[in-house]
Amino acid sequence: MGKYHGHANTVLRPRTTEQVSEIVKYCASQRIGVVPQGGNTGLVGGSISLQKEIVLSLGAMNNVRSFDPVSGILVADAGCILESLSNHVAPYNHIMPIDLGAKGSCQIGGNISTNAGGLRLLRYGSLHGTVLGLEVVLPDGSILDQLSTLRKDNTGYDLKQLFIGAEGTLGVVTAVSILTPPAPQASNNIFLALPHFDNILPLFKTVKRQLGEIMSAFEYIDRTAYDMGIDHGLGPILNPDEVGDAQCFVLVETSGGNQDHDLEKLNNLLENLMSADEPLIYTGTLSQSPSQFASLWAIREGLTECVQREGKPYKYDVSVPLAKFQSVVDAVRERMISKGLYGDHAISKVMGYGHIGDGNLHLNVIAKHGYRPELEAALEPFIYELVASHKGSVSAEHGIGSMKTHALHYSKSDVSIEWMRKIKQVFDPLNIMNPGKVLP
Amino acid sequence: MRPSAIRLLNILVPIKRAVDYAVKIRVNPEQTGIDLNVKHSMNPFDEIAVEEAVRTRERLKDVVKSIKVVSIGPPKAAETLRTALAMGADSATLVELPDAIIERQKDGVDVVIMGKQAIDDDAGQTGQMLAGLMGWAQATFASKVDVDAANKVATVTREIDGGLEELRCRLPVVITTDLRLNEPRYASLPNIMKAKKKPFEKLTPADLGIDFTPRLETLKVAEPANRVGGGKVENVDQLLAKLKEAGITAKRA
Repeated sequence: MGKYHGHANTVLRPRTTEQVSEIVKYCASQRIGVVPQGGNTGLVGGSISLQKEIVLSLGAMNNVRSFDPVSGILVADAGCILESLSNHVAPYNHIMPIDLGAKGSCQIGGNISTNAGGLRLLRYGSLHGTVLGLEVVLPDGSILDQLSTLRKDNTGYDLKQLFIGAEGTLGVVTAVSILTPPAPQASNNIFLALPHFDNILPLFKTVKRQLGEIMSAFEYIDRTAYDMGIDHGLGPILNPDEVGDAQCFVLVETSGGNQDHDLEKLNNLLENLMSADEPLIYTGTLSQSPSQFASLWAIREGLTECVQREGKPYKYDVSVPLAKFQSVVDAVRERMISKGLYGDHAISKVMGYGHIGDGNLHLNVIAKHGYRPELEAALEPFIYELVASHKGSVSAEHGIGSMKTHALHYSKSDVSIEWMRKIKQVFDPLNIMNPGKVLP
Repeated sequence: MRPSAIRLLNILVPIKRAVDYAVKIRVNPEQTGIDLNVKHSMNPFDEIAVEEAVRTRERLKDVVKSIKVVSIGPPKAAETLRTALAMGADSATLVELPDAIIERQKDGVDVVIMGKQAIDDDAGQTGQMLAGLMGWAQATFASKVDVDAANKVATVTREIDGGLEELRCRLPVVITTDLRLNEPRYASLPNIMKAKKKPFEKLTPADLGIDFTPRLETLKVAEPANRVGGGKVENVDQLLAKLKEAGITAKRA
């Protein structure tokens, strides 16, 4: 994004866990800060060196250690790229439990350190559930080997949960053992145009009830984001006459074991939606082939790139109640208008899209001609206060990094933050592990 | 003066259910064919043909009386026919068969639009053979189609090696579609719903009085030999030595 710039003058690329251990031991003895870095796809400045700490890149540790096709348990080095892990398990008819737009560059160690959510969380749950074990180099250089491949192991405190989402502030994740689900035999998706945002909640309920266990993703795209996507050539998928003045769009994916069974459920759902007395949707489409399936996903996954092309984006990844998605986006737009900062001269677009099935909104505020302090001042702390007022999270899945340390208190109490500090003190008394991140 | 009666058009679109283009093709262990337990979809060129038929109706409106899609294949080809109905065809016919042969259908067909080739065998001969058997005009590899029903003429621009060629054909005509003719539409939900109610007829070869015994026998299917890697040479002398080794000698001009 070009928003965060690091100050490191040294990058190390170890090949083994032992090397990582030696590096960290040395840094501890010399009080040198260490910034673990994966694929550098983070969005909150969590992997950059703020004060000339050395960057510890895990990219050279990219071996798959083992894969058991019966249980689906994969053990891999932290530097493995997510997409290459997907490709590794694919021939055995398994898939990774997470999937994100950055899959071609992000590394599994980074995914775990940020507790990445992604497009499949609705179906397969979070990494806190699918990660079975970790190998971590602690801030004193010692190696914590909890790389178990056991589904169940209730022997003492589950330390690995601390490192999942700790953003590299408690130790360096060097290997991971993760449960991979079986690949679906049948994948389909539908793209729907809704007249009003108010239809989202009843639509979600109907879809959940009728599709049941085969629903694997439920994504939201507001009208501003959809129009932007069309402008940049994503599509056209839907007939503009049928879309009309639709306020928002939903992409639903199904993954199941039997195509006939899934299609029957989908067709029943679509019949009910179209023939209701007061239809919840204007129109939509059902993918008719694998290439159409990919194109429908490409609309949703391509939005992030379009946003980069429109200008410099202020990105807010928040959790708010489903029913509040549109009002949050509208409130931010109103705010910029009231400050005279809405228009081609400043903020050209305010839009929302995201994993509405998980209550996760990606709010994108586009500064057409670049970041400016007055724009940031108008947005923050306004957005954080707005999210806090809904008892939401100021960072649903992107993490805190260096960008949101000042905003932590909007979603966590002082008691929580105090105890986070105590834990940090226990693991990293010298504060060498990714300093300046997560905790204010 | 009364205007001349507008001739109505019946369009026939034969389509084929083929292995999806994105699938990695593997030869089966018996070496008798390819692994067919993979995703299938409508042959992309046939998708373009259906799209062209629907666009022709959008252009000429009531002049197009009917768009019929037909497929010869296994029962699963019904799904592919339903997709065509959802794109805008009026009715579908499935001739159920374990193997494929050339089909003949007449009775009020003015224009046949079909894909130039199927992506599983790349034979590219069905359209031409059909035109030959019927004694009809043919315009293959079409990149632009204009049908003039009143004058019973189709003007077709086709892609050839040297560029583009324009043909004027008298109806009835067989047109085969090339990639640049159009971009097929997505099936919208209202149309998917309507498609379920459109007429769908199932036939067997016996109903048509045709003998389907194949006249071709596949002896063997095998993957191409593995490519052996090349090597790097240090200088020109080494290159000459390697060329001589390979039996390539210089000839005086």
